Amino acid sequence: MIDNNIAWYVLFAPLIAAALIVVFTRRSKGLSSFLSCAAVLASFAGACLIFARKEDAAPALNWIEFPGLFVVPLGLVLDGLSRMMLVVVTGIGALIHIYSLGYMRNDEGKSRYFAALSLFMFAMLGIVLSNNFVMLFIFWELVGFTSYVLIGHWFDRDAAAEAAKKAFITNRIGDFGFMLGILMIWATTGSVVFANIAPRLSILTSNPGFLTAAALLIFCGAAGKSAQFPLHVWLPDAMEGPTPVSALIHAATMVAAGVYMLARVAFIIQLSPVALDVIVWIGTITAVMAALIATQQNDIKRILAYSTLSQLGYMVMAIGLSSSDAAIYHLFTHAFFKALLFLGAGSVIVALHHEQDIWEMGGLSRNLTITFVTFLVGALALMGCPPFSGFFSKDAILALAYEHNMPIFVLALGTAFLTAFYVTRLLVVVFLGHPRSHAARISRESPLVMTGPLIVLALLVIFGGSTFFTGQFVSVPPEHDVFEKVPLLAIGALVLGAGFAFALYRNRPREAFDIGFLRQKFYIDEIYSWLIDRTQELLARISAFFDRWIIDTAGVGGASGGTWGIGALLRFVQVGNLQAYSFFFGLGVVALIYFAVFR
Amino acid sequence: MLLLLIVLCPIAAAVLIMIGAPARATALFASIATLLMTLFALALFDRGVHEFQYISSFAVSTGWGINFAVGLDGLSLIMVLLAAIVTVAAIWFTDKIDKYEHAFYACLLLISGGAIGAFASLDLFFFYAFHELALIPTFLLIGIWGNDNRSAAAWKITIYLALGSFILLLGLILLYQSVPIAARSFDIRTLQEAAGQIAPEAQRHIYLILLIGFGILVSLFPFHTWAPDAYAAAPAPAAMLHAGVLKKFGLYGLLRLAIPLLPAGAHHWTNLLLVLLLGNIIYVGLVTIAQKRLDRMLGYSSVMHMGYIFLGIASANLLGVTGASILIFAHGLSIALLFAIAGEVRKRTNTMVLSDLGGLAKVMPLAGLAFGFGAFAAIGLPGFANFAAEVMIFFGAFRNGFAIERFHIFQVATVLALWGVVISAVYMLRAYRKVFMGALGERWRNLVDLRPGLRLPVTLLIVALLWFGFYPQSLVRILSPVLQTYLSTKQP
Repeated sequence: MIDNNIAWYVLFAPLIAAALIVVFTRRSKGLSSFLSCAAVLASFAGACLIFARKEDAAPALNWIEFPGLFVVPLGLVLDGLSRMMLVVVTGIGALIHIYSLGYMRNDEGKSRYFAALSLFMFAMLGIVLSNNFVMLFIFWELVGFTSYVLIGHWFDRDAAAEAAKKAFITNRIGDFGFMLGILMIWATTGSVVFANIAPRLSILTSNPGFLTAAALLIFCGAAGKSAQFPLHVWLPDAMEGPTPVSALIHAATMVAAGVYMLARVAFIIQLSPVALDVIVWIGTITAVMAALIATQQNDIKRILAYSTLSQLGYMVMAIGLSSSDAAIYHLFTHAFFKALLFLGAGSVIVALHHEQDIWEMGGLSRNLTITFVTFLVGALALMGCPPFSGFFSKDAILALAYEHNMPIFVLALGTAFLTAFYVTRLLVVVFLGHPRSHAARISRESPLVMTGPLIVLALLVIFGGSTFFTGQFVSVPPEHDVFEKVPLLAIGALVLGAGFAFALYRNRPREAFDIGFLRQKFYIDEIYSWLIDRTQELLARISAFFDRWIIDTAGVGGASGGTWGIGALLRFVQVGNLQAYSFFFGLGVVALIYFAVFR
Repeated sequence: MLLLLIVLCPIAAAVLIMIGAPARATALFASIATLLMTLFALALFDRGVHEFQYISSFAVSTGWGINFAVGLDGLSLIMVLLAAIVTVAAIWFTDKIDKYEHAFYACLLLISGGAIGAFASLDLFFFYAFHELALIPTFLLIGIWGNDNRSAAAWKITIYLALGSFILLLGLILLYQSVPIAARSFDIRTLQEAAGQIAPEAQRHIYLILLIGFGILVSLFPFHTWAPDAYAAAPAPAAMLHAGVLKKFGLYGLLRLAIPLLPAGAHHWTNLLLVLLLGNIIYVGLVTIAQKRLDRMLGYSSVMHMGYIFLGIASANLLGVTGASILIFAHGLSIALLFAIAGEVRKRTNTMVLSDLGGLAKVMPLAGLAFGFGAFAAIGLPGFANFAAEVMIFFGAFRNGFAIERFHIFQVATVLALWGVVISAVYMLRAYRKVFMGALGERWRNLVDLRPGLRLPVTLLIVALLWFGFYPQSLVRILSPVLQTYLSTKQP
């Protein structure tokens, strides 16, 4: 039994660290960061142990229990999927904790930062380990909360404060659908535990409309967390948080939680072809749209953020093509190379004293050699260049699309082209050519606590390409020969996109072309704020007006009308509230006794 | 005997203060003693049974059948616990009072004692009288020590709640008369043995009257407009005690009397109640979004959250009603925390206008942290008891009359109520962002944080919220036996 409790320790170690920091060590930044790092390393060790032992059970207890009516256990699921995620989340988490020691070393709110990071680890591990919908939802919301705290870490900046709020509310909108989906599944199957729902699905399959609605509502939650169109607007703004946070939460782990959840409940979603169709198209739209926007952004972190959106689009696409394996495979490789890219971007940003505009950079390959080489590895993987890990996982999804749905395949291939284009643009503008600012000229490489994680991640991205390594963690879909049609087309799109961008941006001091509606992200933010202003805000103002001038006036009028006699009495008595009121109270008592006794 | 001490302790302390005992020390001592005794009662409480425990009874008038009788079952136990916790916090948060300091503390203790007495009473007469006893000091606190346009607010709440109490009194009298003569009694236990013997016709009338009477006291839409005015004008400790504890008397009354005695009446008015509670959640939620002052925003938000409790009550099943009871408890703690911190902010800045404030977490980190806890508890973040309660309410409401073919009124109401969760996130985070985040205004640069001593009441409230949020089953176990009996009442 003791052995089986390891999963609980893995889950709770970061929570304990967070609680200790909030309660005791807020003042001591060094101790706080040490506690947080120690907790994540302990979790990582535990996760490796669980992974090696291939245990599949841990004891459970009940969070809420109404026997026969509603039972929410706190139970952990330890299957291949969750074991892999445990290692990835704690592994990347540990690297990013260490990197943060360097990145946040002079930050005023370092203790708060590490407390929130630990709380995030707890919540994320909770999502991975939950064996039922309600527990999943609990950690799901907690992850949203820690994301709010971390995006708003520099809360005195208006942009960060707004971004944090936007992220939480957008996620809440997704969670509205998610909760509703959970309610519908529970109301029909009578359970929230995945393992108990599975055998009772026949009720759902005989009501396809209901099933589709439930599946799409659950997908709503995933769309919020994984920033899928039309709930994607929060993720680019979330880049206002510290860069390690962007790497851990808004690239490698939390945003992948939506995909993970979809894989976890694939047994429900795959029963509804309509839902799958919607999901595949949402994924594709997100992938294409985000890639298009990324070609015209100037902030290094925003470019990466849009690439995250686009890659998440690929994963959702794979879910929609009913292959959770392909989605999880891409999730796995993406986690490493995107964390690497963000940490590399963080290293650049620190070297340039918090400059994020790529047009203020240039020629950084000379001064920041380690950062450049590792960033290049990540970039090649993101473009899908063989033999890096990204190539294989993207190829799996492309092959799937090719097999099932031609229009999707064409759009996915177009996205691959765009990806190569914007990544090359980023590389060329930031690292090649001449420095375009003083800060870029005098930049210096980051310290070892920051470059160390970069090197480790770069190695993982390189070896992640080998099926031997990856196959230990995820079930890799059958590999294709590089000379088959799909990989050839993918490599063609890659070469074309990269070559085009290279020719266009080499030695160019400013943007080559300007497409307003891409630069303005299709004006979606503007459309939303117009809509919110016309609906919610308008309704709120009307309601407030109505409340003040109609209900209040009528209510108080009615009340004073109904009590005019008492009012007269009060006026008659003409002494403060107490006497008048006690007189009235006395009358009430007399009345009570009168009615009760004499009737 | 223990319960008698719990009930009388705050009242005795109020009397002592009025005759000259040192105000703050006595009040603090009495409130902490009350809390400790309540925790002791909780520890020794027999969780398996639904009968009242810790009963003390004295005949007041044998002729009229009125007894002073108190006792606790699961439901009243958590209500008393809520009152005891919030009282300690409210008294602790009371700062230097400029005028009539003794009377201020005495009023606070009387609210507390009145509320505890009402929750613990087994006799209809004292159930009503204790609540009235608690209302008077509430009016005084607003009228004498309030902010801004205090006398208008004091009059408004006085007239409004007096009307509510009067309607309630009418309902109670009718209820008493509708019971067959043999079972007719002021004793709630005896009355409940008569459950199922009230004619459905009578149940309908009485339930409606009780719903309106209690509803006014709880700010059920559309009888809610007294609340934002009163809470904006009230001194923080009074707002904490009223919004956190005393207001819940109406909900407690519905659970205690209407659910077991008038199930047919409740069933008959379900649709009406659903419409009204959606008024609380959606309509008042929207009104809350439009508020430009922190105190009015909090006042409206507390009105809005009453809608969820009513949803649990309306669902009339074990899940929903248990959720409603737990939300009463959780909301009381979180709103008390929010009003306490808002009061501290008001004391320092002299303004509650959201656009005047900003960035305060920079100079008041502890206040920012505490308000953040309260705000996220109020909007139902998992980990806080509010979330556990809302889950039970949503699941309880959704399964009422559920059919796979199409949604019925309860499902529609649940969907709309769920949307309220988004609305509450909008107004709460917007206010938090405007008050505590963003650039710090130049004139707030020299504000000081909460005094260190206030960490204790803040911790007390937060720990209670988190404890029952992580382990809601502890409340479920206390509540289920009694609610189970209430819901299994046989119909005539």
